[in-house]
Amino acid sequence: MTRPGKYRWALIIAALALLEAACRLGFFSRQTIIAPTAMAAGAWQALGSAEMRGHILITLASVAQSIILAVVVGFAIGAALYCLPRLRRTLDPFLASYYAVPTFVFYPVFIVLFGLNRWPLVAIGFVFAVMAVIINTLDGLSRVPRGVRRAAKVMKLTPVQHLFFVMLPAAAPWLFTGAKFAVVYSFVGVIAGEFVLSGAGLGHAIAFAYNSFDNTAMYGLMLLLFLIVGGINMQLWTWEQRLYARRG
Amino acid sequence: MPGAVDVDQAVSAVRREGPRGWSALTDTVLLIVAALMLWQAATMLIGHEVLTSPLATARRLSAIMADADFPAHAWETGRAFGTALIIALAGGLTVGIALGAHRLSGQVAEPILVALYSIPKITLYPVILLLFGLGISAKIAFGVIHGIIPVTIFTMNGVRNINGVYFRAARAMRLSGMQTASNIILPAALPEIVSGFRLGFSLTLLGTLIGEMFASQRGIGYMLVKAMEMNDVATVMALALLLIVLATTASAVLLVIDRRLRQSMVAQLGD
Repeated sequence: MTRPGKYRWALIIAALALLEAACRLGFFSRQTIIAPTAMAAGAWQALGSAEMRGHILITLASVAQSIILAVVVGFAIGAALYCLPRLRRTLDPFLASYYAVPTFVFYPVFIVLFGLNRWPLVAIGFVFAVMAVIINTLDGLSRVPRGVRRAAKVMKLTPVQHLFFVMLPAAAPWLFTGAKFAVVYSFVGVIAGEFVLSGAGLGHAIAFAYNSFDNTAMYGLMLLLFLIVGGINMQLWTWEQRLYARRG
Repeated sequence: MPGAVDVDQAVSAVRREGPRGWSALTDTVLLIVAALMLWQAATMLIGHEVLTSPLATARRLSAIMADADFPAHAWETGRAFGTALIIALAGGLTVGIALGAHRLSGQVAEPILVALYSIPKITLYPVILLLFGLGISAKIAFGVIHGIIPVTIFTMNGVRNINGVYFRAARAMRLSGMQTASNIILPAALPEIVSGFRLGFSLTLLGTLIGEMFASQRGIGYMLVKAMEMNDVATVMALALLLIVLATTASAVLLVIDRRLRQSMVAQLGD
């Protein structure tokens, strides 16, 4: 393990130990926050119950659908905007302010459109994630060095060859960043939707535990959620760093 | 690196832009007209009760704004957002500069920050409520946890990308830590910092509104959640329109500042 890695783990363990001690010594009341070991016990309990596993799986399924849709559609829109620089320049301030609007207020609209099932949640995740893919696709394509594009022209590549042999490989790190954000934002969107209005899923289970004052279950589920999202994200981040390092 | 200052790209961006002005303005007007037409078409396609038309939304918005209760709600949101923004920007800037200037701390902290940025913070609302109680401090806390991390990450990357010569010059001139921060680091990393502020602005607003939706009886977020529960689509659309207009205006202003800063950086580097 690298030196920063060792320090990082030491820092995390120290923070957890501090929280554990503060909780055990009674600095926080049990109604506010519970000790990390109690959270872990809650997470273990949740994993043992078939009902909770169902909530987790249904959330993961919706998130996966949202990611796939966001990556495919976002990449198509990003590539189209790259070909239309004037439209892109005009859209720029709108793209940048996109995330200031709490998208999930449109949940009722989606429910009327798609019916009372999982699709409105997938739609929220998608709406939340697609813009990150668009922005990163644009960013990556416009960073392809001019020299590379000229070389492609000299070799008389067809437009399709140009796209697949030149543009996509050169923009790969940024496309990957877009996909990474699609994962992050799909989780945020789907869970937020489940929190607000839903009868199933991890977000709903956390809100339900909170409303029934079941702190062990609530913190246990939160811990599981953060481990799942944090773990996936750390892995993607490591791959991403490697991609950028290789491109130089 | 995502968000790194790429001189080649910045130069070509400046060249591409060329003299702008009226044509850009016409483009923006055309875009807004096209968006309104799309919206109107969508309304006709899926029905007025699902998606309110642009005209009806504007009417509802002016009715909401004329309401006697509205100034109090708006003031409440503005106050919470303003406070949260100041805390997020000041905190993110301080931590970001410290982590960017000290290489090892930056390496230790970056994956932790990235992981924190990725967790769905909405699930923390029970914790925030338990810690801060109902009211304005919970909303501010919600705004801060959304906004502070992107500002920190952008500032850190900006400081890291500063040319090492500048730091050696600072040492040669025997500047103190504070002097280095304010006279060298801040100006050199300014374009990145403004980009971070832009994202921080949006996310702090989002966080404050989410806080209001769950932890408050006042403010625009509360009005939103109430309209959502009563399935009052017209009010939801009107408030969303208000937020889009406000956020886009602020974002456009910051974008202009951002571009100016990058252009002046490029001009300096080009000499």
